[in-house]
Amino acid sequence: MGILFHIGRFFSFLAAALRRPQKGRVFAQATLVELEAIGVQSVGIVALLSVFMGAVIAIQTAHQVGGWVPAYTIGFTVRQTMILEFAPTIIPVILSGKVGSNIASQIGTMQVTEQIDALEVMGVRSISFLVLPKLLAALLIFPFLVVIAMVLGMGAGAFICDFAELSSFADYEYGLQVDFSPFDVTYALIKTCVFALIITSVSAYHGYYTSGGAREVGRSSTKAVVYSVVIVMVANLVITQLLLT
Amino acid sequence: MIRVSGVKKAFGEKAVLHGIDAEFNSGQVNFIIGRSGSGKSVLTKCIVGLLEVDAGLIQYGDTDFSELDLKGREKVRRQIGMLFQGGALFDSMTVLENVMFPLRMFSDMTEEERLERAMECLRRVELEGAEDRFPAEVSGGMQKRVALARAIVGKPQYLFCDEPNSGLDPQTAIVIDNLIKDLTHEYGTTTVVISHDMNSVIEIGDSIHFLHEGEVAWHGDRMDILDSGVKSLDGFVYASDLMKDIRKQLRKK
Repeated sequence: MGILFHIGRFFSFLAAALRRPQKGRVFAQATLVELEAIGVQSVGIVALLSVFMGAVIAIQTAHQVGGWVPAYTIGFTVRQTMILEFAPTIIPVILSGKVGSNIASQIGTMQVTEQIDALEVMGVRSISFLVLPKLLAALLIFPFLVVIAMVLGMGAGAFICDFAELSSFADYEYGLQVDFSPFDVTYALIKTCVFALIITSVSAYHGYYTSGGAREVGRSSTKAVVYSVVIVMVANLVITQLLLT
Repeated sequence: MIRVSGVKKAFGEKAVLHGIDAEFNSGQVNFIIGRSGSGKSVLTKCIVGLLEVDAGLIQYGDTDFSELDLKGREKVRRQIGMLFQGGALFDSMTVLENVMFPLRMFSDMTEEERLERAMECLRRVELEGAEDRFPAEVSGGMQKRVALARAIVGKPQYLFCDEPNSGLDPQTAIVIDNLIKDLTHEYGTTTVVISHDMNSVIEIGDSIHFLHEGEVAWHGDRMDILDSGVKSLDGFVYASDLMKDIRKQLRKK
């Protein structure tokens, strides 16, 4: 099927997903469950990756320090990399593998086992019922995960500088503060929210339109991750161009 | 009562339903039978609105379902209970949560009232004690009974059962059949059962529609089905040696 067909169907899917929930209390409970599944269960992987990335960036930058490159460059580079790109872009890309494939396979399995038909026959608006709590949960929790990633990455940079004697803490701290623009954090959080919407909606779309059996559920899951990552990358370019130039 | 008039459905070039006319009466177990690929499941999906018809009318009582908008359809669907072939239980919910789900979504009952009603339905299908288990932890027969409890928990006016006995042992199949019959007569629901199982048809079928190549080839009751004189129906009814023996004995009498 043509790309235009998918684009049209995706936007009508999104419109259906954003319809008012039929039962507020059930919706609130479902959102709490999703906050746990999407957010709390992702804290471990986000923390692990951020700590190692912060430390590695610090070591790599220290390798360049010397001569005319001042020692505070380590803290500056770690801060800029974590805030501008690693936390808001790479963390959502990693989460698209974890959260996106989970969403696509969960909804895809419900589709092929007639659970979605059962919802429809009961009079439940299945798209809104299944997708809206995930969208809202991702929108609420992704920024928190990204802020955790920023803080842990910069903290790990400080630790490795001290532990491996790459620079003094005062130099590192100065590097974290020098030329800091608060708008960078705003830009990062805007990107994060857009990526959260892309990852959950694209994954849910692929899951919802699964037909067949277990093999197709696997395919939908793979497609969900691939398309999410590609769209996130394109959106990253567009948002960066719009907000930073 | 559900009335289906001139319903046509095709997938691309392939026509599946060629203008179906049928009436399913309230307080009766109405069977739709036919060979695989005859259009039974497509007809049922059209009746409940999971598929759009290409032509024809579907009426629930005096309401023209096929002409309703989304909100109107949702209203009608809240009066429908459906038992799916595979159960279609929500695997992230326990047995009790599955049965309570339609009440949580659409009733104004308190939590205690919902719990009481769900437990009443679970008792009805003899599943008291299984309420905290997940669908994956119960047998296929129990899953069907949970699905039946979920279908009837909202006291629906219309009950659809898609192959309720498939994959079940004969004893469990009889239990399910009797439940469907009792619930239909007790609540006066319009029950539509899609089945291949001639045992069920003979046991509980009040009204039977035989579909052949997308058309209603025969309609009658269980007293007439053994001697319909319709070749395609005879081929379906007397497919097994056991049924052929029964026919011989009937003819001797």
